[in-house]
Amino acid sequence: MKNYIAFWSILMKDMKNYYLKPPNISWGIIFPISWTLMFFIKSQSDVDIRGILPGVMALSVLFGTTSMLAVTITFERKSRSFERLLLAPISLNLLMLAKTTGAIVFGIINAFIPVFFASLMVDLSGINWASAFISVVLIAVTSTFLGLFIAVSVSEVFEAQTFSNFFRFPMMFLCGLFIPIENLPVFIRPLSYILPLTYGTDVLKGSINETGMIAPWLSFVVLIGFALGLFMVSTRNIQKKWIY
Amino acid sequence: MSHFESNLYEEMSGYDNLVFCASLYGMEKGKRESRARELLEQFNLADTGDRPFKAYSKGMKRKLTIAAGIIHEPEILFLDEPTTGIDVESARQIRKLIKDLNEKGTTIFLTTHYIEDAERLCHRIGFIVGGKVIKVSKVTDLMIESQKENIVEFSIDGDLPDLKDAFIHNFPNITIKEISNHCVRVGSNEKVDLMPFMKFFDVNGITISEAKIIRPSLEEVFVKVTGIEIEKLKKEKEGRKK
Repeated sequence: MKNYIAFWSILMKDMKNYYLKPPNISWGIIFPISWTLMFFIKSQSDVDIRGILPGVMALSVLFGTTSMLAVTITFERKSRSFERLLLAPISLNLLMLAKTTGAIVFGIINAFIPVFFASLMVDLSGINWASAFISVVLIAVTSTFLGLFIAVSVSEVFEAQTFSNFFRFPMMFLCGLFIPIENLPVFIRPLSYILPLTYGTDVLKGSINETGMIAPWLSFVVLIGFALGLFMVSTRNIQKKWIY
Repeated sequence: MSHFESNLYEEMSGYDNLVFCASLYGMEKGKRESRARELLEQFNLADTGDRPFKAYSKGMKRKLTIAAGIIHEPEILFLDEPTTGIDVESARQIRKLIKDLNEKGTTIFLTTHYIEDAERLCHRIGFIVGGKVIKVSKVTDLMIESQKENIVEFSIDGDLPDLKDAFIHNFPNITIKEISNHCVRVGSNEKVDLMPFMKFFDVNGITISEAKIIRPSLEEVFVKVTGIEIEKLKKEKEGRKK
């Protein structure tokens, strides 16, 4: 059995059917563009563009990825076409990787839209691009698997969107995207450190502005740990809830 | 496996759906494309292969769903209610496809609430009640098992004179199940020998146009084996769908 054929076909099918469709392009691409324009153009005189770039990048990835799985999994479950994939002779892990890879790629592309706009306005020299790219990939993977966890926990598309917001909006304020964690009330700070986006944003801050607080290797380990944990919990839930 | 609900991708064309399903089984590009074209031909969908699945009629959707289920040439195929809720012509085509597939060597498990489909298409039938298989047997064996007595029906050419008393007198071990102007139906616990009856009718100047052995229908067998009335079963099924 040539697993790569199934993997590639599922990925391409999702790309063609969902990611490149106008509603998703508007949500995934126009949304980060709006964020970018809001911060970079309207507040140019007051805002340090390079300073907020890590936060905008992280936010673009978070919103671009978590909303995707609600469509590619919850919607397909509703129409029962997901059962066809579950019946295919490929492992559940490979199937879920195929379903999530599109969202990960989409998230990575989203992250670099603000970079493109920023490059038109400020000098971006001196950025550690390798480290920034790795952190973007890890944020995209973790956020996608968070989206997977949410998609597996609900049965309706609107529930997935609502449940996503339950995680996304607190993350905007608690993960140091725009408000430094050290400025948050002491009793809230522990919450910041149990959210994966904190670690991804911190590496981005270190890569772009050298203002990271946590050792990058530690952040990478934590992000990988979150990704593995979310993936394993999600696949276990699928086994329990959908396969019996 | 082919589900009762046509669970393919609405936005994709019939052809793309088949090619995608083949890829899930690791088929190479060239092979899956030629097999998809072959199946579209076989299922009379070649002209509509480029249309999106959502534009298909119910019958076409069902056919394409079955085609998707066999694109990788499985040895065993599960078909769930393949002819439910579709037009007569499509149902006929699907029955023929099922027969052809079986003749070519595919073992088919067919679940259906249409007893006639089971009788027409299946070699062996299993009755499932409350999720449990309560009986599995060949169709002919089920009929024989359920036949309490042998029944023969004679069709009369013309009008039947009042011969009831003479009938009872000549055939004391026979019970008359039904008698009308054009038909006599008799039953016996023993095997019914037709010759004495034919002689009796001949002596009385009655011409018989047809004599046939009446077997219980599979529906009657089902009711007898399961204790469930067919109508009740259909209503339950409809209730579940709502």
